[in-house]
Amino acid sequence: MLSWPVLISQAFNGLALGTLLALVSSGLTIILGTLGVLNFAHGALFAVGAYAAFVLLQYTSSFVLAIIVGCGFMLALGFLLERIIIRYFYDRPHEDQILVTYGVGIVLVECVRAAFGGNAQRVPVPSWGQGATQMGFLIYPTYRLQLIAIIAGLLLSLYLVLYRTSMGLVVRAGIENPGMVGILGINVRRAFLLVFAIGVVAVGLAGMLYAPVVAVTPDMGANFMAQSFVVIVLGGLGSFPGAVVGGLIAGEIISLTSAFNSSYSEVMLYALMAVLLIMRPQGLFGSEGRA
Amino acid sequence: MSLLEVDKINTLYGDSHVLFDLSIRVEQGEVVALLGRNGAGKTTTLRSIMGVLSPRSGNIRLDGKSIEGLPPSAIAGMGVQLVPEERAIFGGLTVEENLRIAALTAPNAWSYDRIYEVFPRLRERRKSAGRTLSGGEQQMLAIARALIRDARIILLDEPFEGLAPLIVRDLVEVSRNLAAEGRTMIVVEQNVAAALSFANRVYGLNNGHVVFEGTPADLNASPDLMRDFLGVGM
Ligand SMILES: Nc1ncnc2c1ncn2[C@@H]1O[C@H](COP(=O)(O)OP(=O)(O)O)[C@@H](O)[C@H]1O
Ligand SMILES: [Mg+2]
Repeated sequence: MLSWPVLISQAFNGLALGTLLALVSSGLTIILGTLGVLNFAHGALFAVGAYAAFVLLQYTSSFVLAIIVGCGFMLALGFLLERIIIRYFYDRPHEDQILVTYGVGIVLVECVRAAFGGNAQRVPVPSWGQGATQMGFLIYPTYRLQLIAIIAGLLLSLYLVLYRTSMGLVVRAGIENPGMVGILGINVRRAFLLVFAIGVVAVGLAGMLYAPVVAVTPDMGANFMAQSFVVIVLGGLGSFPGAVVGGLIAGEIISLTSAFNSSYSEVMLYALMAVLLIMRPQGLFGSEGRA
Repeated sequence: MSLLEVDKINTLYGDSHVLFDLSIRVEQGEVVALLGRNGAGKTTTLRSIMGVLSPRSGNIRLDGKSIEGLPPSAIAGMGVQLVPEERAIFGGLTVEENLRIAALTAPNAWSYDRIYEVFPRLRERRKSAGRTLSGGEQQMLAIARALIRDARIILLDEPFEGLAPLIVRDLVEVSRNLAAEGRTMIVVEQNVAAALSFANRVYGLNNGHVVFEGTPADLNASPDLMRDFLGVGM
């Protein structure tokens, strides 16, 4: 029989997973919405982020410093990928875009495997996140609580960038109609470069922050990738609020279902997606008619 | 030298040839109407000028400088502004955000207040999402985005299409005022009478060819032309 503490602690796990999925998915959905490219390398970039944390923490004991340098690395990687590969595929058919990003993902994962081997690596929990926190009758790992707060803060920053800055205005307009953004005098291609890089930083950051609570392996992103697809479909393709709400829903469903029977958790997620798509084909926050 | 010179352009969609050696010119301060039946190539002409389409041959000059081959953003930067047929309002952005994004790269952007003087209705709706606007309000906003950029030449593609007569009357009034203030425009319209009420000069298009050039008075004097090429019974 399930006890309340178990259920509540699973609810917290769901929140941690949900915020993480929200961050991963917002990168995916913004890139899809603006550039029209479904980035199949997103899962690989999650792993690259985790390994960046693993490497950097061997040189510094400051988790924050490692994260900052790691973000710089992800930003550079994002710029590089967009400039030398992705931008040549904006006008190509979706099949080509899927193939090339899938290929990029494989190359990244295999580079990581070649450099670090296939065995799981451990990334230490930051010094300020050690131990567990007592919350009423529940004892919960401190870093996981902090993770929820940190990612919530990151999502809020992303929200502010999208909804309170000119850059965000261009991104939101570009998600609807990139052609018209260009007709209004804005260099869309430059905006695309930034959007891609921001998406890569978001997923890389998720990988870095998550590294201390999971086994870090080259293939760790594959699962997240699949779940993120569900999330952005749930939330509505290209919708940032949709990615956040969809991420939280998906996180809770996976965690709460696994409290009862872990083998059903993914099944429940896909079942929910199917039901929602029948009732609301454009997803929770999607607008109708967007191809 | 004319403000805009379109010189023998040939524009194609894939293999389908749509504009044939098409030439038009627009003087500073002039309103030029581009008339013709559905499918004559009017929208294609405006899209070629804006750089959305690249003509296979020919030349397009603004102030004598060649602009063809440039991306739309660069051409917009030189003061050309298309108000597309489908209006292309950003539905998830508010009215004011639609104006703000239009003004973003304009060196002499108008104030919102000046826009709202032209379109008082937009002031009332300024916090509303684009997708909640009526057709008439969307068209006002589409024109307002060109105005806020202080565009030197505005390309209006069927601005009155599908709107209620009262709204058409208001928009014609606004267009007439803009013309009177010396704003340079090309207007494409099926509503010939409305377009002729503020145009200085007219081009008739048929199957991608210019088949008529003259003043509104010339056109009114040739009902055959109106009937044969423009599909307008007189
Ligand atoms: N995207 C397109 N692809 C292929 N043909 C097109 C496209 N858009 C328009 N056409 C064709 O080009 C011709 C001119 O179209 P258009 O410029 O839209 O005419 P108008 O605006 O005068 O009604 C038409 O025959 C139309 O079918
Ligand atoms: Mg047309």
